[in-house]
Amino acid sequence: MAEAKIVLDGLSKSFAGRAVLDGVNLTVEKGESLAIIGQSGSGKSVTLKCILGLLQPDSGSILLDGEEIVGAKGARLERIRAKFGMLFQGSALFDSMPIWRNVTFALTHGQRIDGARMRKIAEENLERVGLPARILDLRPSELSGGMQKRVALARAIAPRPEIIFFDEPTTGLDPIRADVINDLIVSLVDDLGITALTITHDMASARKIAHRVAMLYEGKIIWRGPRDRLYDSGNPYVDQFVQGRAEGPIQ
Amino acid sequence: MTAAPLNMLVLPFAAIGRSLIGLLAAIGRVARFTGLTISRGLTPPYYPARFAEQIAHIGWFSLPVVGLTAVFTGAALAQQIFTAGSRFSAQSTVPAVVVIGIVRELGPVLVGLMVAGRVSSAMAAEIGTMRVTEQLDALATLRTDAYRYLMAPRLFAAILSLPLMVLVANAIGIFGGWLLAVQKLGFNSANYLNVTRRFVSWDDFQMALVKAAVFGFFIALMGCYHGYRAGGGAAGVGNATRTAVVSAFMLILGSNFLITAMVFG
Ligand SMILES: Nc1ncnc2c1ncn2[C@@H]1O[C@H](COP(=O)(O)OP(=O)(O)OP(=O)(O)O)[C@@H](O)[C@H]1O
Ligand SMILES: [Mg+2]
Repeated sequence: MAEAKIVLDGLSKSFAGRAVLDGVNLTVEKGESLAIIGQSGSGKSVTLKCILGLLQPDSGSILLDGEEIVGAKGARLERIRAKFGMLFQGSALFDSMPIWRNVTFALTHGQRIDGARMRKIAEENLERVGLPARILDLRPSELSGGMQKRVALARAIAPRPEIIFFDEPTTGLDPIRADVINDLIVSLVDDLGITALTITHDMASARKIAHRVAMLYEGKIIWRGPRDRLYDSGNPYVDQFVQGRAEGPIQ
Repeated sequence: MTAAPLNMLVLPFAAIGRSLIGLLAAIGRVARFTGLTISRGLTPPYYPARFAEQIAHIGWFSLPVVGLTAVFTGAALAQQIFTAGSRFSAQSTVPAVVVIGIVRELGPVLVGLMVAGRVSSAMAAEIGTMRVTEQLDALATLRTDAYRYLMAPRLFAAILSLPLMVLVANAIGIFGGWLLAVQKLGFNSANYLNVTRRFVSWDDFQMALVKAAVFGFFIALMGCYHGYRAGGGAAGVGNATRTAVVSAFMLILGSNFLITAMVFG
């Protein structure tokens, strides 16, 4: 039996009295790739931000390698965050610095050190996401949205963290690029043994990269199962969602 | 029956109370932000490159604007004193009033306001944009402390650059007055400089430098604080920028008055 890497138990979060997460229970196993699907605004990104300590959950517990991490501060929070890489939905690249500084930020923490070595590392990581070395010295604003996304992906994988969160890694990419990213995520999980948690609206991608899929609806995980069951889950909500029908139980 | 008039009586007090509590809470938040910025900024890791970059932004690139402001103000002041003074044949006070007016008040205040307009707004816009585009969240997940990396270099650079800029502005302002007096009003250059020298006092310069450091502190603090708290997309960043500049202006003018009143009161 695989050991649990992340366990969410009764995770709840409201904004201005509106419950976004309302008792989320979810386990991510070590070395597993899990995809979360769910409607826009259902709280997928909020879930990731709670785990990373960027948002404080109102209640519930988050275990990382068996350790409670809700409310962690200071050096302990730093140590916890060192295990994670995060691809933000909007890329969140630092627009005041060139691409290569962005990609190596997790290694330099913004210090101007080791220029030559860092450029080399940046180049290698960009290559993994299918970007050429000629963009090393450009600024994020000089790249297309899809390229920015891939630079952000390179930044997230550069320190080879144990766990990577991908918030919509293929949104905004053409189908070929999207598949390159799918392959990359698969190889990170299979070859490097990282644990991956991916938010996606792209069912093809979910089926390719994830071992298991979970669906978030009205603040709870209403279904989880292996990827081959995605299209015959027997759950009317999941059916409606994956088939993209306007009629059904989800209004 | 009695509820309505009673309400009418209580409501204004409730409103005053609410805004008072709001003000106190805001002061508390700013104080906490200041404390974190200073305490984190004084402990490693340090970011010398960021600090140097901010010195360039705040100090160096503001110099043209500051220089122009100072030279025009010095000249205008000389003209005004001359015109007003000639009514009771006191034109000879021009160099004295120019030097005192520039060094004690106009130099620091004008530099403070010009730099606040340039720098508080830029800081609030930059940090606010980082907030709404999740760059601050990204910074945290990449384990870099925003207070050390973004706020402290700005705050320390502003506290250091403003006094230097005020020194420059004071010199240029006095030069502006001299230029106008000699070129247009027919003063004798050597006499003018003599009087100027007699009225330049080290105490006045010290006060000007203290004022400048205080203004620099407020300029960076307001830019960083309002940027950090920005929310709600582009409109939120716009709001943060406006609030940063307005509050920096108020704090500069208010603290200038307090320092002047304390020193001369
Ligand atoms: N910092 C915040 N302050 C207030 N409300 C927030 C905040 N962050 C998220 N929300 C609200 O929480 C809800 C869930 O947001 P979240 O970003 O998690 O959605 P999502 O599931 O990721 O959607 P999408 O697929 O569109 O990215 C939204 O209604 C949003 O308005
Ligand atoms: Mg999202």
